[in-house]
Amino acid sequence: MKIITAQEHQTASKTGVLELANDVDPRTLDLSGISRIDLQFPAFTDGRAYSQAFLLRRRLRFAGELRATGDVLIDQLVQMKRTGFNVAVLAEGVDASAAQRQLDRYAGFYQGSAVETKPHFAQVA
Amino acid sequence: MYQYTEFDKAFVRARAAEHRDQLERWQAGQLSDEQFRPLRLQNGWYVQRYAPMLRVAVPYGEINAAQIKVLAKIAREFDTPDAALLAEAQAAQDKIPGLAPKLTTNYGHFTTRQNVQFNWIPLSKSADVMELLATVNMHGIQTSGNCIRNTTTDELAGVAVDEVVDPRPYAELIRQWSTLHPEFAHLPRKFKIAITGATEDRAAIGWHDVGLQVIQNAAGEVGFKVLVGGGMGRTPINGVVIREFLPWQDIMNYLEAVVRVYNRWGRRDNKYKARIKILVKAEGQRYFDEVETEFREIIERDGAPHTLPQAELDRVKAGFVDPALNLPENTDEWLAQAEAALSIEAAKTPAFARWLVRNVKPHRNPQLRAVSLSFKRPGYAPGDATAEQLDAAAALVEKYSAGEARVSHTQNLLLPWVRLDQLHALWLEAKALGVAQPNIGLLTDMIACPGGDYCALANARSIPTASAITERYQDLDELEDLGHIDFHISGCINSCGHHHSGHIGILGVDKDGKEWYQVTLGGSDGKDLSGAATPGKVVGPSFSSFEVPDVIEAILDTYKQLRVATANGKQEAFIETLHRVGHDPFKAAANAARHPAADAETV
Repeated sequence: MKIITAQEHQTASKTGVLELANDVDPRTLDLSGISRIDLQFPAFTDGRAYSQAFLLRRRLRFAGELRATGDVLIDQLVQMKRTGFNVAVLAEGVDASAAQRQLDRYAGFYQGSAVETKPHFAQVA
Repeated sequence: MYQYTEFDKAFVRARAAEHRDQLERWQAGQLSDEQFRPLRLQNGWYVQRYAPMLRVAVPYGEINAAQIKVLAKIAREFDTPDAALLAEAQAAQDKIPGLAPKLTTNYGHFTTRQNVQFNWIPLSKSADVMELLATVNMHGIQTSGNCIRNTTTDELAGVAVDEVVDPRPYAELIRQWSTLHPEFAHLPRKFKIAITGATEDRAAIGWHDVGLQVIQNAAGEVGFKVLVGGGMGRTPINGVVIREFLPWQDIMNYLEAVVRVYNRWGRRDNKYKARIKILVKAEGQRYFDEVETEFREIIERDGAPHTLPQAELDRVKAGFVDPALNLPENTDEWLAQAEAALSIEAAKTPAFARWLVRNVKPHRNPQLRAVSLSFKRPGYAPGDATAEQLDAAAALVEKYSAGEARVSHTQNLLLPWVRLDQLHALWLEAKALGVAQPNIGLLTDMIACPGGDYCALANARSIPTASAITERYQDLDELEDLGHIDFHISGCINSCGHHHSGHIGILGVDKDGKEWYQVTLGGSDGKDLSGAATPGKVVGPSFSSFEVPDVIEAILDTYKQLRVATANGKQEAFIETLHRVGHDPFKAAANAARHPAADAETV
């Protein structure tokens, strides 16, 4: 999970980038030529982009970058990572210093996810 | 009960550490109040009228003696406001007209969703409390917030005589699947699952976002009947069947489809229209079709990642084998002797006889019984237990029920493994502890939320009404004569006191800054006696707090006048009379019991 600043995000190239609104079904898209998809968090409590990310990464096997934008806080980074995001643009003013320990906190999770597709019980078995 | 593995234990500890990290960042100003709020909520920490409230998860209500002891310790050592805060809170409460019990501290409170709450723990101590809970594998994970909440079940799960399949292993598997699910932490609104494996629905599955009934098909295969879209609140709706039979192996894959479609489609513009019930009602078949399509894609395209292998079900089931009870050989002779001894005691002691009838339920093992300790008694809010009572209850659980108990939907504690020949000894101890009122299922065994004494959302208080009815109906003969009545009180339309499903429901409303109460009749949680789950109907304009006890009495008097004997010679229950004669005579009686306008507010 790469964390970048709002500034880095703004100055990055927009070629091959798709900005996806929360109400779009990713399965309706033509993703040819797309190397990065920016998903939106209008508020950090709006979780629609998690399902979009899951569908893109897992269902559609999108191999490019999935970028979390908007109200992105460090306490949601683990969820983002697990649903398939690989880059997060931290919201303005968010201190990134405590981010890594959130990503390192849990040794494992119960469910399978977009990244670790096997649930815990299947890993043990 | 399920034994936590090292993985499960480490997970709960990691969650406690995460809460401490978040608390400290909030205290240091690195997290704003708005940013911290949803995080603490998902660990069970609310901030209420006067103080924080902690809701501790009791997954599907199953709890052991060591856990109850830790709850007692929390009640004793942490559930204490400083004197100034308590004085200030009491002074504010005293300004509300009407008689009311004083605010209480150092209590655990059993909730109708089988959890346990505390009302006075300062947030600054919250991380210490979470670490203490983690020592006995307890936590507050997803007991609040817009996520998948604690799965609830039948208090008799695993011991009921009418059970087809024990739902507890499935409830545990759903606990694991739903815990910190990365995709579903910020749903449009809260999401509640209830599961039963019995023929009678004692888990109110029709009132949940998802209701599951474990069944067997004609071929003897186990699966689920799946209901979706039930819920209370300001738009009470009962769930509808989305699947008549879902093979057990598919439950997690299917729930994932149900919740994913809801996460994508549920309304986020209006929190009163954000529950899945509104989506299901608005979209109907289109929602069903989308779920089925999504489920198929999970199976076919994602490779069905959460299909349950038999080995995993067996591993979890192993946690639910009957405890070692060192029972004597189960012979007709032993049973006859134990029953004869009970009959002798019952004949000698009418109070014990009543308790056997009301508080003791049959068990699938004829040598055992399931016993309810009643936390409904004068001087206490429904479901409240002091630190001392929690400790004493833990001792009873250890001594008489193999160390295991259940927090019930009706806010009591049930002991599921009591030997037939130990009932009398248990009764004596429960009586000494004050939790042997023989009132299970009767009027005074009411469900009530904490209401306006503690809750920031409440429009009116619940506890004074609960207290007034409890005081008025202390005559056990009268209570017994009134028979089974589901009496449910909510202090606001969020319906934590399940007023919609009460045979008699009370809803607190706020009019011009004063407390008023709507009375509803004929609700059902789905149990056999009450019929299919349905919301009650309002009897008329709301009543003042002074009127409510008289209105209840008028309704009950009407029942006594109108009831008849049923076919089996028994007296008709309140809900049966209501179903037979209709609402009108009850409504008329309720409305006639209004006080004259002048003293409705001033008595």
